[in-house]
Amino acid sequence: MTPAAPSAWTGFIFVGVVVLDLLVLASSRLRGAIRTVALQGAVLSTLPLALATGEHQVLHVVALAAGALVVKGLVIPGMMLWAMREAAIRREAEPIVGFVASLVLGAVGVVAAFTFAGTLPLPIPERHPLLVPTALATVWTGLLLVVTRRKAVAQVLGFLMVENGVFVFGLLLSDFMPVMVEAGVLLDLLAATFVMGIVMFHINREFASLDTRRLTSLRD
Amino acid sequence: MLLALVLAPALLAALAFALPWAQVRPRVLLAGAAVHAGGVAALWPWPSSPALGGWLAVDPAGLLALSTVSAVFLVCAVYVQGYLATHPERDNRVFVGSLLVLLAAMTAVALAQHLGLLWVVIEVTTLATAPLIYFRHDARSLEATWKYLMVCSLGIALALLGTFFLALSSAGPGGPRTLLLPELSAAGATLSRPWVRAAFVFLLAGYGTKMGLAPFHAWKPDAYGEAPGVLGALLSGGVTNIAFLALVRVVTVCQAAGEGGFARAGLVGIGLLSMVVAAVFIVGQRDLKRLLAYSSVEHMGILALGVGLGGAASAGAFFHMVNNGLAKGVLFLTAGNIHRAYGSKQVDELRGAARLLPLSGPLFLAGFLAITGSPPFAPFLSEFAILRGALDGGRTGVAALYLVLLAAIFVAMGSTVLRVVQGDPGEPGPAPELRDVALTAGPPLALLLAVLALGLWVPGVLTRLLDAAAAPVRG
Repeated sequence: MTPAAPSAWTGFIFVGVVVLDLLVLASSRLRGAIRTVALQGAVLSTLPLALATGEHQVLHVVALAAGALVVKGLVIPGMMLWAMREAAIRREAEPIVGFVASLVLGAVGVVAAFTFAGTLPLPIPERHPLLVPTALATVWTGLLLVVTRRKAVAQVLGFLMVENGVFVFGLLLSDFMPVMVEAGVLLDLLAATFVMGIVMFHINREFASLDTRRLTSLRD
Repeated sequence: MLLALVLAPALLAALAFALPWAQVRPRVLLAGAAVHAGGVAALWPWPSSPALGGWLAVDPAGLLALSTVSAVFLVCAVYVQGYLATHPERDNRVFVGSLLVLLAAMTAVALAQHLGLLWVVIEVTTLATAPLIYFRHDARSLEATWKYLMVCSLGIALALLGTFFLALSSAGPGGPRTLLLPELSAAGATLSRPWVRAAFVFLLAGYGTKMGLAPFHAWKPDAYGEAPGVLGALLSGGVTNIAFLALVRVVTVCQAAGEGGFARAGLVGIGLLSMVVAAVFIVGQRDLKRLLAYSSVEHMGILALGVGLGGAASAGAFFHMVNNGLAKGVLFLTAGNIHRAYGSKQVDELRGAARLLPLSGPLFLAGFLAITGSPPFAPFLSEFAILRGALDGGRTGVAALYLVLLAAIFVAMGSTVLRVVQGDPGEPGPAPELRDVALTAGPPLALLLAVLALGLWVPGVLTRLLDAAAAPVRG
C-alpha cells in the first residue's frame, strides 16, 4: 500500500491543516475565521485523493473529495457568511479567553496530539504518519473554540473544526468501511441546522419573540 | 417485523406532516403509539428474526429498553390528546410529526446491532427532539434548544470519533473489520486494546452527553426546564434510557476485548460524580422542572454506577432503567399539570397543589417517593440491588457514598416537593379547563400504578430478561 501521490505533498497538506487550526484561534474577526475554516475544508477535501490507494474505487474517492469540497469549503461557510449579513452580527470574535492564551492552549493541544498518537500503535498499515495527530489536533482546536468563544457563530465554527478532524480520522477507515466515512456527512446536517438557529436567534432578539405570526405587521 | 416497528412510526410521521387537519394529528400520534406498543408486546412471546442482514435484531437489553420506551410513549400519547386541547392556538404539525420521528429513531436505537447505524439513529433522536423543546416558541425555549443542539452535537461528534476508533481496533491482522456487535464481541481477543480504551473514553463522553451524565449534563436543566412536561417524560424515560443502552453496547465490546475493568472503573467514577453534582444542585433548587432535570442526572449516574459495579448490580441497573423511565413519567407529566394550572414553575409561587389538583398533586408526591427509592415502589428494589452489588463486590466506600447521596437527595428534594404539594393554594385558582381532567391526570396515574405493581411483584419473565440483559456486562 503505497500512496499514489508523493508523500511530501501529502505531508504539506497535513501541516497546512494544523497551521490553519492555529490561525483560526488567532483570528479576531469572525469573517476571517469563517474564511479560514472554509480554506481548511477545501484543503482537507484533497486528502481522499492524496491518500488514495489502488484498493479504492475511483468513483468513491472522487465523490468523497468533491462532496467535502462543496459542503465544507463552500456551502456551510457560505451559509454562515449569509447568516452574519442577514442577522447583522458584529464582526468581533469576543473571546472569553484571550487570543494569546487560546493560541498557547492550541499549541499545547497540537503537541499532546502528536504525543498521544505516538503512543497508540496503528493496527493497520500506516496511511501517513501525520494523519492521526492532525485529526486529533483539529478536534482539540474545535473544542477549544466552542468553549472559549462567546458568539454563537464562533461556536458553530468550532463544531465545524471538530467535524473536520473527525473527517480526517475517518480517512483511515476508507479502505474497509467506506460507509462510516460517508455517515460523517450527517454531521454537516447539524451544522446547517445551527446556522439556521443563529438567524432565528437574532430575529428573536430583535422582536423579543420568534413567533413568526407576530412578524406579520410588514405586509400589504 | 422489526423493520415494521421502525417504519410504522416513521410513515405515520410523514402522514402527520402531510395532514391538513390539526384536530386529526393527535389521533395519528395515538394510533402510532398503540400500534408500536402492540408490536413490542408481541416481541415478548414471539422473538422476531433479525432484519437488514443482522443490523437490526432484538436482544434482552434492547427489548427492555424498547418496552420502556414504548410504554412511556403510549402513556404520553394519551396525555398529548389532553395537552394539545389546552393549546389550540399552537400549530401541532411539527410537534406531532417530530414525536413520531423520535419514536421511530428510539426504536431503531434499541434494535441496532451495528455501531454505525446506532450512531446515525442517535443523531436522528437529537434532531427530532430540538423542535419539541422549541414548542413554546419564546426566547427561553429557543435558548434551551440552542444549548441542547450545541452540547449534544459535540457529544455526537465525539461519539463518531469513538466509533471510528472502535472500527480501527477491529482492523488489525485477523480482526473482524466490522462494527456489528455480535461479530465484535466474538472476535474480542483480536481487537487492538489501546484503541478499544481510547474508543471507550470518547464514546463515554459522547453517549454520556446524550444521557446527561455529569460533567456533560449542561443541556439538561435548560431543556427539561423549558420543554413541555410531556417532552421531559419522553427525554428522561426514553432518549436518556436508549443512550444508556448505547453505552452498554460499548461496554459489551470492551468486556469482550478484555478491557471491561477499565470501562467499569470509568462508569463508577462518572456515576458517582453525577450523583454528587445532582445533589449539589437539587439543594435549594427553586424551579420545579429543573429540579426534576437534576434528579434525572442523579438517576443516569445510578445507572452508570450499577453497570460499573457489575455482578448483582448489573441486573439492578437494567431494572432501574425501567423503573426510572416509568417514575420520571409520573413526575414530569404531573409537573406539567402543576405548571399549567399555576402558570408558573417557580417553587415560591406554588402552594397547595394537592388541594388545587386533587389527582396531580398527590401523584406528584407519590412520584417523588417512588423516584427516591421509598418502598413499596419499584425503584426501591432496583436501588437496593445496586447497593447489594456494591457490598457483594467489597466496595464499601462506594456503597457508603451511594447511600449518603441518596439520603441527601431524598431530604433536599422532599423539602421542595412538600412545599409545593402542601398548604393552602389561596387565590380562586385556575380556569376549569386547566384543572385535572381524565386525559392529563389519568396517564401519570397509570404510570404510577405500573411502578407500584413492579415494586410489589416482579414477574418471573422480567427477572429472567433482566439477568439475560446483564449477562454480557456482569464482569
